[in-house]
Amino acid sequence: MFSRQRIKGLIKKEFIQLKRDRPTLVMIVMIPVVQLLLFGYAVNTDPKYLPASVILRDDTFLTRSIVSALERSEYFRIAGAVFSDNAGDARLRSGKDMFVITFPDGFTADVVRGKAPSVLIEADASDPTSVSGALGALQGIAESVIAKELKGPLADLAAVRPPFSFTVQKKYNPEGFTRYNIVPGLIGMVLIFTGVMMTAMALTRERERGTMENLLSMPARPFEIMVGKICPFIFIGFFQSGVILFLARFLFGIPVLGSGGVLAAALLLFITCNLLLGYLISTAAKNQTQALQMSIFVLLPSLMLTGFMFPFYGMPEWAQYLGSCIPLTYFLRIVRAVMLKGAGFADVAPNFWSLTAFVAIITLITMKAYKKTLD
Amino acid sequence: MDEAAIDVRGLSKSFGGRTVVNSIDIRVPKGRIFGFLGPNGSGKTTTIRMLCGLLTPDGGEGTCLGMDFRTQAEKIKEKVGYMTQKFSFWEDLTIRENLEFVANVFCMNRVSERVEKALKGLGLESRADQLAGALSGGWKQRLALAACILHEPEILLLDEPTAGVDPKARREFWDELYRLSEAGLTVLVSTHYMDEAERCHEIVYIAYGDLMAKGSVEEVIAKTKLKTFRVGGKNAAKVREALEGNPAVATTALFGEDLHVSGTDGEALKRLIAPQASENGLSLDEVPTSLEDAFIYYMNRAKEN
Repeated sequence: MFSRQRIKGLIKKEFIQLKRDRPTLVMIVMIPVVQLLLFGYAVNTDPKYLPASVILRDDTFLTRSIVSALERSEYFRIAGAVFSDNAGDARLRSGKDMFVITFPDGFTADVVRGKAPSVLIEADASDPTSVSGALGALQGIAESVIAKELKGPLADLAAVRPPFSFTVQKKYNPEGFTRYNIVPGLIGMVLIFTGVMMTAMALTRERERGTMENLLSMPARPFEIMVGKICPFIFIGFFQSGVILFLARFLFGIPVLGSGGVLAAALLLFITCNLLLGYLISTAAKNQTQALQMSIFVLLPSLMLTGFMFPFYGMPEWAQYLGSCIPLTYFLRIVRAVMLKGAGFADVAPNFWSLTAFVAIITLITMKAYKKTLD
Repeated sequence: MDEAAIDVRGLSKSFGGRTVVNSIDIRVPKGRIFGFLGPNGSGKTTTIRMLCGLLTPDGGEGTCLGMDFRTQAEKIKEKVGYMTQKFSFWEDLTIRENLEFVANVFCMNRVSERVEKALKGLGLESRADQLAGALSGGWKQRLALAACILHEPEILLLDEPTAGVDPKARREFWDELYRLSEAGLTVLVSTHYMDEAERCHEIVYIAYGDLMAKGSVEEVIAKTKLKTFRVGGKNAAKVREALEGNPAVATTALFGEDLHVSGTDGEALKRLIAPQASENGLSLDEVPTSLEDAFIYYMNRAKEN
């Protein structure tokens, strides 16, 4: 028979130990809270306020009314006007805009003459979930403009057939395959998971095995130790990326459209960034369990706030700000642009600067946090 | 006065309000083997860690090899070998890999040559590719020593190096220390083995953070002013019970059938023991006070304070 007293005693012991294990307690509370907040508020599979540019070749009451109807639908956030097709293309390719809306010359006149012209909407379909909601709303938007503007003598125009329509041109991923968006993102996800987890253990393992005391008694500089810990994993990161790129090519038929050099440079920066982040965790964590918990805490937002799983522009503004503080956000933009849109360095340069800044800042914090003594 | 390898004054450290090392002065002349004695938890490890820059002292000043030990810790590390109490080399590296790592961290030239020489010196050439974790306690200790002196340090700090090592390995270890000391290396070794303390040129005794005595073994014993009597024969244990708690008795210890009784007042002690001895038909004679008696005497005295 089991002893009730013994079981009670055992339970009590576990409770006492748990009570004294602050980090675990914090995690127990924070994980559900953070998950709920992120999933509940930040994640939105029907994203609104997607950035769009307008090429207005016909500036009349009608075209302006259509633009404002697009804005009123809340799906489009008209960032501004561009004046050439090339400029519009560049904005799409760099990911600044998800739509470019073009009103052709003489659009209003054609409507009045009953020629039923169309508004061209070019959509960045590399992230199909993001744009599908907005595209679905176009029909309704057209109807509301017709009802509002084509009155009096123009009312007849609406009677026969739609006086104008939207022509949608999906770019980069016309079939709307979600995996086109997911697979490049997966590189980022795999890199951040393994990178952070691996190096998060780096110093805690030394500490737990008692070898840290030895290492500290030798004349090795903190920066040297850090580089030593990180370097092997840079190679591992490149190896992992290679595997994914290879599989993407031969299993899913996703090639790298852009420059391999730009992609490699982005990989190097991003891998380094992850490893530094993990190393920072390991300077702070007391043991491996704690390091693991802290890693998960860092990884969860990367999963949800960066546009990996859910559309970035689908998140409310505050969540987008949070997402902007995560390196993966920028890496995803680079890797998707380079792989799917054939973007070059100039298209994605701002994301490079952001990643570089992360590397510099995390290195500085790590050097500050690193303890040269056992105090 | 000889040139000092280590010369620190007023060394202090406390953890969470508890004083672990209380204003200790240590002066170790060059080329000497200096013993560091004290019970468990007396602050030996903390002192050694402060000397090699692993802990920041709360107070104190001084030099190691002429360099300020508070501000030039990084420089000092290059000339100091520190052997930790617990084996702290990498168990998932082989013996050779450990030695090569150390040689590289100390930026030494001719790495493979030096490593081979060290392996030969250890007698470990045939097992050089075995994982360090697979070694027995004695071999681990020899590997640790070899790794600590690989970069030819001027000071060797050893924290209870022979704990858990058999007597033969211990003797060989000490033979090696003597060789190194003759070659000019300064050794500071902490221990609580009396026989090891007696091998040191000079010892200091610390208990609960306070420095109790220093000097040669003879001086440290003499400083206690203890007189020791040996009560021999059967039933000596009974005499011990009778003496228990008497203020004139500082320490008692049984060695087989003999009882050693020590006290600072020799005459009073003799008056106390003599009737007991004759009553039980036991022999009574005065013997030299051992270091162990002195050790326990200091320890008890430190506790009282």
